[in-house]
Amino acid sequence: MLQRKIPLFIVFVMGFLMTVQFYIPHPVSQTLYKYVLDWMNGVASMAIVLAVGSLIMHHWRRLKKPEFAPYSAVALVSLFFMAILGFFFGIGEGSLFQKMFENVQIPLQATMFSLLAFYMASAAYRAFRARNLEATLLLLSAFILMIGIIPLGYYIHPKISDFALWILNVPNLAAKRGIMIGVGLGMMATSLKIILGIERNWLGG
Amino acid sequence: MGVALLLFLLSQVSPTFNLRAVDTPNDAGGSITLTWQIPGGLEHIDRLEIYRSESPEGPFEKIRTYLSPVTRFQDMGLENGKNYYYKVVITSGGETVESEIAGPVIARPQWFHKGRVTILFGVLIYTLILLYFIFSAKKGKELYLRPIAGLKALDEAIGRATEMGKPILYVPGLSTISDVATIASINILSHVTRKIAEYETKIIVPNRNPVVYTVTREVVKEAFTSAGRPDLFDPDSVFYVTDSQFGYAAAVSGIMIREKTATNLFLGMFWAESLILAETGASTGAIQIAGTDAVTQLPFFITACDYTLIGEELYAASAYLSKEPVLRATLKGQDAMKLLLGLILILGSIFGLFGITWFQKLF
Amino acid sequence: MKIIRVLSTLDRRIIFLLVGLGILIPLLKPLGIPENITPPVRDVYQFIDTLPPGSAILMSVDYDASVLPEVHPMFLSILRHAMLRNVKVIGIALNPAGVGLGVQAFDRISKEFGKKYGEDYVYLGFKPNFVATMLGLGEEIRKVFPTDYYGTPLDSLPMMKEIHSYRDIALVISFSGAGYPGSWVAYAYSRYGQKVAAGVTAVMAADYYPFLQTGQFIGMLGGMKGAAEYEDLVNKLLQEKGYKKPMPFAIKGMDSITVVHLLIIIFIILGNLGYFLQKKEVK
Repeated sequence: MLQRKIPLFIVFVMGFLMTVQFYIPHPVSQTLYKYVLDWMNGVASMAIVLAVGSLIMHHWRRLKKPEFAPYSAVALVSLFFMAILGFFFGIGEGSLFQKMFENVQIPLQATMFSLLAFYMASAAYRAFRARNLEATLLLLSAFILMIGIIPLGYYIHPKISDFALWILNVPNLAAKRGIMIGVGLGMMATSLKIILGIERNWLGG
Repeated sequence: MGVALLLFLLSQVSPTFNLRAVDTPNDAGGSITLTWQIPGGLEHIDRLEIYRSESPEGPFEKIRTYLSPVTRFQDMGLENGKNYYYKVVITSGGETVESEIAGPVIARPQWFHKGRVTILFGVLIYTLILLYFIFSAKKGKELYLRPIAGLKALDEAIGRATEMGKPILYVPGLSTISDVATIASINILSHVTRKIAEYETKIIVPNRNPVVYTVTREVVKEAFTSAGRPDLFDPDSVFYVTDSQFGYAAAVSGIMIREKTATNLFLGMFWAESLILAETGASTGAIQIAGTDAVTQLPFFITACDYTLIGEELYAASAYLSKEPVLRATLKGQDAMKLLLGLILILGSIFGLFGITWFQKLF
Repeated sequence: MKIIRVLSTLDRRIIFLLVGLGILIPLLKPLGIPENITPPVRDVYQFIDTLPPGSAILMSVDYDASVLPEVHPMFLSILRHAMLRNVKVIGIALNPAGVGLGVQAFDRISKEFGKKYGEDYVYLGFKPNFVATMLGLGEEIRKVFPTDYYGTPLDSLPMMKEIHSYRDIALVISFSGAGYPGSWVAYAYSRYGQKVAAGVTAVMAADYYPFLQTGQFIGMLGGMKGAAEYEDLVNKLLQEKGYKKPMPFAIKGMDSITVVHLLIIIFIILGNLGYFLQKKEVK
């Protein structure tokens, strides 16, 4: 029981303090805020240790399963290789660590990012069907936007790109703001429920 | 006559700076804000200097020089509770014009941020509305909730994975624990895990953030325990992957393909990786339920997933899934507040159309 | 009819192949589709174009190599434009992984126009804690950056003699693939009234349109399209002034983007044709 009550108490006190802190510019409140931020950094640093431990253990266990072993071996070797490079040979400009980062990590990330273009094409092909009125409207506005955003649209008719911008700035923005208002209220309600201890699912139920 | 003319001319060029020095409002102290006007007749300004002193007699110390006609300055790093005096000196075409001395003025820290009164009122009203609905739910008042398709499908999605004997993938978003969307996702994870404990299905929870990892791990473990099946918790099912956004997307895509997950749940905060995750899942034929408050990612999830929780539905999910009336009551509170905000927006627009501004100024 | 049915049920790998070719071919063999200039880009261009010579602008490298194809051409074009118009440029970097990109850009463009370091442009390098930096620049640049990137005190640089804070800077332009431009608005525009513009990736541009509407940005370059438009404007100016046109990097990229957009539009049409055909058959 105490195991439940202590976290709920801490959450209530901290939630209340940080809410009040927002309205107080006085140095006392600023110091409290900085102190809390320091604590957050401390907690996050400890969590990194746990997280990397979990990563190593997860892949270590998988080495014993033949269907996963090759992938886990790559993950473990890369992890230790980069760690050793960084610890023993430095991470400054011109170091091997830096070169690995620039020539392996960055291109790999860019490749994953560029997959988006391909996935967008296949998702659009599969999903954009004029099934009903709403879907047809969506399809039409997507059409106008896509044509309007490329130079070709302008040459078909100069008004197309203006219209595309209008779609972005008026109906799209209105819907976006509507969603954002709902999101804001949802965030506040969730926070309040947690601070008051009504919502306890984050403790595992 | 000559003297009168000279006096008249002098009064015409006599510089009126209107120099005002006030304690900077809503700050932590140590700062004074100066405002002034550039006197008429000074068209070109070579130099504008600001002086400060601790006594009206001086000595005045030059604290700042501008080469443009500035009319505002915030002096910082001052001692609280001490008297300060200021003057502004403008050099224009060889002529020097000095302002009157402003002061004494004292810098003080404030205990209340007056610029945030509107927010405070909004928060208080909203809190009261929520509390009203919570208490009326405690009294046993029945509330109707509009069904959300994505949440209704959750049971079916878990059931399908069980039938197929394949695991369920749960992605708690890519953001940190400070993001309320992540916390909302963790609340849903707790429900999902308890459901899974009933069906004895396998769950996989890959994490991008170390702190989120430690929390999701505890939540999954606790949820299995509270469902009476602590034996089902597999420590290998919740793990940390990487902090790299696209590295994470690559890893999770790999998990979907290798483990052939039957159900994919993407709930929380997402960025550009959303479509990579959802399209990979769609290509493996999994049932996919997504939910996010990242407005720019919603279209991707809607096209590639079977069900999508839009914006606040993500926050409402936990209350929906729990049968607790008190939790569900807060949703009614949200609706009431939304109605109030809608009315304010409509009123503001109508007043704005007629050029009435006092209403807007309230906010 | 059979052809349409086949085309409306294409395997995703064929789509991927076509998209890949659609990107690659225009890069190897540019089509030279002319650019139309959109208002947000024209606003930035005109602002810099009408600055009196000797004014200063601040260009902030808030991006890193991952968004280089979209954002770097924007940085180069605006830098070219400023130097061509004898506007002084201060460079800073808020993204630690972008510092080198800034050095590279300034070295390259200053050579093109024979500009002198310390007189026509300076590069102050990276400062951690971007919020403190944005706020600090409103008070005194020297407090935030006592020396430039190369360790020279700012007071030893002739150009910086008259530049102390935002008051002496006509425009701040943040180049980014993340949230930095929003922070520039929150800290430099709202607190100090500094004029701000942004050069952002296409993905982020959607988030920033509201800032244009409210006038918090004077203008914006969004994605490869924005970069290509600015490149086109600057190329015309270069031609007018008798300079050699530089490599049209973004314009070439825009050709690829145009082709892929058209491809996607064709895919959608095909998918719908197949869908209607199927519906008819069911009936």
